Amino acid sequence: MTTGHFDHLKATYFQECGELLDSAYASLTALDEGRQDQDTIHAIFRAFHSIKGGGGAFGFDRMVAFAHVLETLLDLVRDGRIAAGAPVIALLLRATDALSDLVAAERTAIPAREGFEDALLVELAACASPELAQANPIAQPPAREAPQHTEDAVLYEIRFTPHVLLYRNANEPLLLIRALNRLGETTLCVDLSRLPPLEQLEPEHAYIGWTMRLSTSAGPARIEEIFDFVSDQCDLVIEPVEAVDRGRGTQSAAVDTATAPPPPAPRRGEAHVAPTTVRVDVQKVDRLVNLVGELVINQAMLVQLGALLPPDLCPELVGGLATLSQHLRELQEGVMAIRTQPVGSVFSRMPRLVRELSAQLGKDVHLAIAGEGTEIDKTVIEQLADPLTHLLRNALDHGIETPERRIAAGKPAQGTVRLTAEHCSGRIVIEVSDDGRGIDRERVLARARQRGLVPQAATPSEEEIDNLIFLPGFSTVEVVSDVSGRGVGMDVVRRNIQALGGRITVHSQLGTGSRFVLSLPLTLAILDGMIVAVGRERYIVPLTNIIESLRPKSVDIHPVVGCGEVVAIRGDYVPLIYLSRHFDIPGAATDPSRAMVVVVESESSGQVGLVVDELLGQQQVVVKSLEENYGAVDGVGGATILGNGRVALILDVAGLRGGQMPATSGAGRSPNLPSAPASPAAVSTIH
Amino acid sequence: MTTKRVMTVDDSKTMRDMVGFTLRSAGFTVIAAEDGRQALGLLAGNPVDVIITDLNMPVMDGVALIRALRADPRWRALPILMLTTESDASKKSEGRSAGATGWIVKPFSPDKLIDVVNRVCG
Repeated sequence: MTTGHFDHLKATYFQECGELLDSAYASLTALDEGRQDQDTIHAIFRAFHSIKGGGGAFGFDRMVAFAHVLETLLDLVRDGRIAAGAPVIALLLRATDALSDLVAAERTAIPAREGFEDALLVELAACASPELAQANPIAQPPAREAPQHTEDAVLYEIRFTPHVLLYRNANEPLLLIRALNRLGETTLCVDLSRLPPLEQLEPEHAYIGWTMRLSTSAGPARIEEIFDFVSDQCDLVIEPVEAVDRGRGTQSAAVDTATAPPPPAPRRGEAHVAPTTVRVDVQKVDRLVNLVGELVINQAMLVQLGALLPPDLCPELVGGLATLSQHLRELQEGVMAIRTQPVGSVFSRMPRLVRELSAQLGKDVHLAIAGEGTEIDKTVIEQLADPLTHLLRNALDHGIETPERRIAAGKPAQGTVRLTAEHCSGRIVIEVSDDGRGIDRERVLARARQRGLVPQAATPSEEEIDNLIFLPGFSTVEVVSDVSGRGVGMDVVRRNIQALGGRITVHSQLGTGSRFVLSLPLTLAILDGMIVAVGRERYIVPLTNIIESLRPKSVDIHPVVGCGEVVAIRGDYVPLIYLSRHFDIPGAATDPSRAMVVVVESESSGQVGLVVDELLGQQQVVVKSLEENYGAVDGVGGATILGNGRVALILDVAGLRGGQMPATSGAGRSPNLPSAPASPAAVSTIH
Repeated sequence: MTTKRVMTVDDSKTMRDMVGFTLRSAGFTVIAAEDGRQALGLLAGNPVDVIITDLNMPVMDGVALIRALRADPRWRALPILMLTTESDASKKSEGRSAGATGWIVKPFSPDKLIDVVNRVCG
């Protein structure tokens, strides 16, 4: 085990100790307040048990010894042998304080004062007496088993007769024999005498026995250990046949076996693989990612040049380029995989937040977490903490009702907040949902109108109303609370998520709860894109967004008042966005029936048809941040350098569409959609 | 040899990480669950070669998990190891009669863990 990783485990352990101690305090307080149910007592027991279990693994003996006494006392309380009266609870609280100090002592590596816990130990013992006196001594961490070096190899005869029900516990004699074989060469003789006739044979019963001869220097204890898990389900006799001198070795060992056992060599270590983890500075990985990115650009350039050559001039070059592309792609995937981490590292901070907040708000909330093993780019993980914290705060503060209100609404007093992650077609989807009161659309709309965020005459759809909560400066809570609700939250959350190349959508039902869905790219560095031409400009459309490309007939194009134009595709109407108008590019095709329409879709915007001049082909592009180098532009997710050295902008599909929805009514004119100013659809935000 | 898949079931993240790290470094694939119910859920989509479960857990404890697994024909022959402590003798025998294949006594050394897992899943 590398020291580095061990430190990491320790850090996790101490963090967990903090949480466990908190939960022990919370449960003890609950006990004190009269909630004497078995679950509460069990939770306290588990907290001490877990602190002890982990501490033992790190060799924190003093702390473990103390936790053990606490655990024993709790066990008695759990079994009802000691009543959890006020004096016992007070003692347990003080003992928890002391345990907390002992944990801190291990964390800081500053030992607690000698004898610091002795007085408490006496009190605890007196409280648990007489049972405590009989309690098992604390298990000491086992010393690494020293290899038992006996000079002489010994030939053992092992008679192993399983009971019929041996298989019930999924033990497998073959594995035992293999384990024996690892100690030394084993010969065996099968005993089929107990095998019944076929019609009486129970397929799940064990009938076969073995007599084995094993020559090993490992000692009888090691042989017995192999049979540890079956010792109560078999008849087992282990007897030395005779001592075999190492020097004389094999001949006399093979007294009555056909196979001569080779010189016995314990092969125990064989199955162990050396630890293969390396800790690397993130900057080194980032450098690698960047270099691979540059390599991808270079390769694209080479491919482009290669395409200019007559194909028969140098077929090897073309073949070589194709192989290069393929290897580069693998290299890229490999490098990106180094950067991924399970989202659990950020999820794990949330239970404590929920616990503290729910206590502060006087609500009873259960946080259910799933999918924490889902892996995603480290950068994304680091930047997820804030938005997730905010969403959870919101769920607790605005979503989940007080227990009284919940009961009045016919719900369980305890609210549930779910935090889940899963991979979904090249993206990671994280959901924060609650079973609280949901979004009150009437109030939201009224507030939005009052603030002039939505024109009085407009009648936004339910989805559009829900999305109003993402507007800057929007808040429906009249009283500003400590926890959230200053109205500066959700727009910041959305901005953060969008900065990660992600989307956030909300689904809500009044009275039954809200669900916030975050969809994020697995990596921020590289993207599969389709290069499209608009006039003399090149744009990249992310492949994940593209549904199809087509050249519509002019009869399928219909103007719609207030919404520009739509195209009919197999009976559905898809709104059109002219990239040339959106980005103000001269010389582009204006007639969709002579241009191409790329139908794209994003989680929040539905389908949109992008009108472009031409499709130029698909390519992996290295994403360069526009925000870092220039500034945020709605409808543009980033930029890249093409094979020919030109810069192309990467389109942000939802952002393009967002420019046509009321949800982004920032300051803005409408350069692309000259419709009535009263319509919410006429607002665009190109800064 | 294909990588063996291990599921570790423990409410303590420290133990999950410890078991996970030790076994991963020995070449196993490890998936983790926080309690019995989660383990059963995960198992449906991710068959494993061996399960290592704690006994004291919220929601669904180790013994209940072992019983549930043995009641399902798909998992009847699945090796299940219990993580026990010296003071846990009664729990251990309960787990044993529920169908546990073997046990590992906490605290354990990484070598011991790898050894025991290799012993039950070949």
